[in-house]
Amino acid sequence: MEYKVALGPQHPALHEPISIRMTLDGEIIRDADLKLGYNHRGIEKLAESRTYIQNLYLTERICGICSFSHQTCYTQGVEKLMELVPARRGLYIRTLVCELERVHSHLLWLGVAGQEAGFESFFMYTWRDREVVMDILDWISGNRVHYSMNTFGGVRRDIDELQKKKILDSLGLLKSRTEYYLNLAASEPTFLGRLAGVGKLSKETAIALCAVGPTLRASGVPMDVRKDDPYAVYDEVPFEVCTADSCDVLGRAVVRVKELIQSYLIIEFLLKNLPEGPIKVKAPRKVKENEVYSRYEAPRGENVHYIKSNGSDKPERLKVRAPTLANYAATIAMLKNGFIADIPLIFAAIDPCICCAERLVQLDSARNGESRVLTFSQLRAMANQRYKNVNFKKKDIAWPF
Amino acid sequence: MAILKPILYILVYPGLIFLMVYSTFCEWYDRKLYARLQNRIGPLHTGRSGILQPVADIIKLFAKEDIVPEKADKAMFTALPIFALAIVCTAALYLPVWHYTEAASFISFPGDLIVVAYLLTLPTLIFFLAGWHSTNYFSAIGGVRVLTMLFGYEIPLLLALLSPAVLADSWRLLEIARFFQNKPLLMLVNVIGFVIALIALQAKLERVPFDIPHAETEIIGGQFTEYSGKKLAFFRLLGDIEMVVGAGLISAVFLGGFPGGLLPGLAWFIIKTLFVISLLAAMRAATSRIRIDQMIHFSWRWLAPLAVLQLFIVIIIKGMVS
Repeated sequence: MEYKVALGPQHPALHEPISIRMTLDGEIIRDADLKLGYNHRGIEKLAESRTYIQNLYLTERICGICSFSHQTCYTQGVEKLMELVPARRGLYIRTLVCELERVHSHLLWLGVAGQEAGFESFFMYTWRDREVVMDILDWISGNRVHYSMNTFGGVRRDIDELQKKKILDSLGLLKSRTEYYLNLAASEPTFLGRLAGVGKLSKETAIALCAVGPTLRASGVPMDVRKDDPYAVYDEVPFEVCTADSCDVLGRAVVRVKELIQSYLIIEFLLKNLPEGPIKVKAPRKVKENEVYSRYEAPRGENVHYIKSNGSDKPERLKVRAPTLANYAATIAMLKNGFIADIPLIFAAIDPCICCAERLVQLDSARNGESRVLTFSQLRAMANQRYKNVNFKKKDIAWPF
Repeated sequence: MAILKPILYILVYPGLIFLMVYSTFCEWYDRKLYARLQNRIGPLHTGRSGILQPVADIIKLFAKEDIVPEKADKAMFTALPIFALAIVCTAALYLPVWHYTEAASFISFPGDLIVVAYLLTLPTLIFFLAGWHSTNYFSAIGGVRVLTMLFGYEIPLLLALLSPAVLADSWRLLEIARFFQNKPLLMLVNVIGFVIALIALQAKLERVPFDIPHAETEIIGGQFTEYSGKKLAFFRLLGDIEMVVGAGLISAVFLGGFPGGLLPGLAWFIIKTLFVISLLAAMRAATSRIRIDQMIHFSWRWLAPLAVLQLFIVIIIKGMVS
């Protein structure tokens, strides 16, 4: 017998509100659908009323995990609009923080994967080691989450020799721990059994559904903005694009662990080749009329900002497409014909950041082309009207079994 | 005096009072050990080293609002946790802790091994009913998972418990324990059975890697989703007591029981059950939750054949010894 169950918007496996509507046949998911829109914050609208400098700190707050990704993506876009060439030392430090953020984000993801699979020890261990990189970030930027390192034309804080030495020392520990996790994920039978073969996404489907980031790379597509369209100093840094061919959650975990190891190499290279010189150049306050499309490889995948300027000191339009949004279509394809037990793992495998991906869409009616905008009080009146008509008597509450 | 002893047995040791106190202690021990294995500290603030934390949890739950779902059968919904708790406490009475009597009596008779195993199976059935009567999809899925899992671990557990019984030539817990006390070396014969019984007990207690029926990242609280307040407290207490009784049963059957009268017997009981609980906690820390189909597959592919193999080994050894 098939029946419908809604998982979320409040559910222990979800850290942010989203609803997965499923049609179940016993333990097997026959159909799935995602319902978004529980966490809209109006950041894009807010950005239009703030100056470019103020927006630096607003875009940072789009996400709590990949805060630097959004800020850098925005900064690079605005720098292109300003036709500004950032200071080289600044670019090196910016790239360094990018990679440190990738390390902390991937370690966080490993822990979440462990928790969703019911492997609490793994969760505790990875999050303990994540503290090492959080401390580094705290030490070089003054903050654990929102680093506020970027400014137009470079970065705001320099790195001294002592910090360099400390980061290099900590990397050794992180490297050995990451290799241990790689071995653990490949040898612990219960964990392996939960990850392998779950959430299959073939190469063709992944490309057709526009998946990004580790989800795409785990399906064997070596696509990475850092290689394809290098920004900052990625064209000078030697690194590999990590892929896996297993097309499942295990592949996504392996891609992330391999990327961690690549990130350590990049950080080492950047610190050893850090050029001398200023960390920033002076930027103008106003931006002449133009538009730009900025790409950035966030830990979760390709992050895109579209910025339109109108000659003033405020952007006319800022459009953010977070990587999570690009992966939703692939998630639904992965969920179909899976087990209930695999939902949290499959969903967590795209590393969802739900509030980053919440955008307002205004739809025109297909019939007459009209569109409707409701104010908050109108919405409340509609809700009251709706619940007035619902009869909550006991006999009407359905229990199908 | 003849009446006083059974009353003491039921109320004090190993009956209600001892079970309540010792099971909360065991939960604390399990949590603390689990936390240390994960590089955490564990409970810390309630009592010395957080030793009163499980008691505090239960008191807190008793003070919470108790909600019964609108569509649920109220009588059934309320009665189930109480029944389950009573059944598990009854099972505890059959553990040969006191060497109460050599003659057959209401707490020790030939075949009490089967009675304990039976009484420990009933809570599983009650979990299913609790899930079913909660009128919630997640509870229903949890309830069905409880029953599905029962088909996986119950038969290997019974087979594993029977092999020492066959070796000792008795289905009475007291005699099995005494047999292994007299011939401790023969305990080594049952190593496979001991491991199987440990794994099956872990599944019975629904702990990682077998916490499939109430996997919180999948189906919220499973069969307990709709339970709150006092009823949930009963279920939690039930879980703790089931852990003590299960560990006691394994210690009695595989580890030679609890010899030496009242006080040395108590000491043995605590040492041996804590040993079993430590193994269970280590298993919990070292594994991730598996899927229900993987669990059934594992049980029938590995546990059941190994249990049969254990039975064969026992029969051969028995022929050699006697």
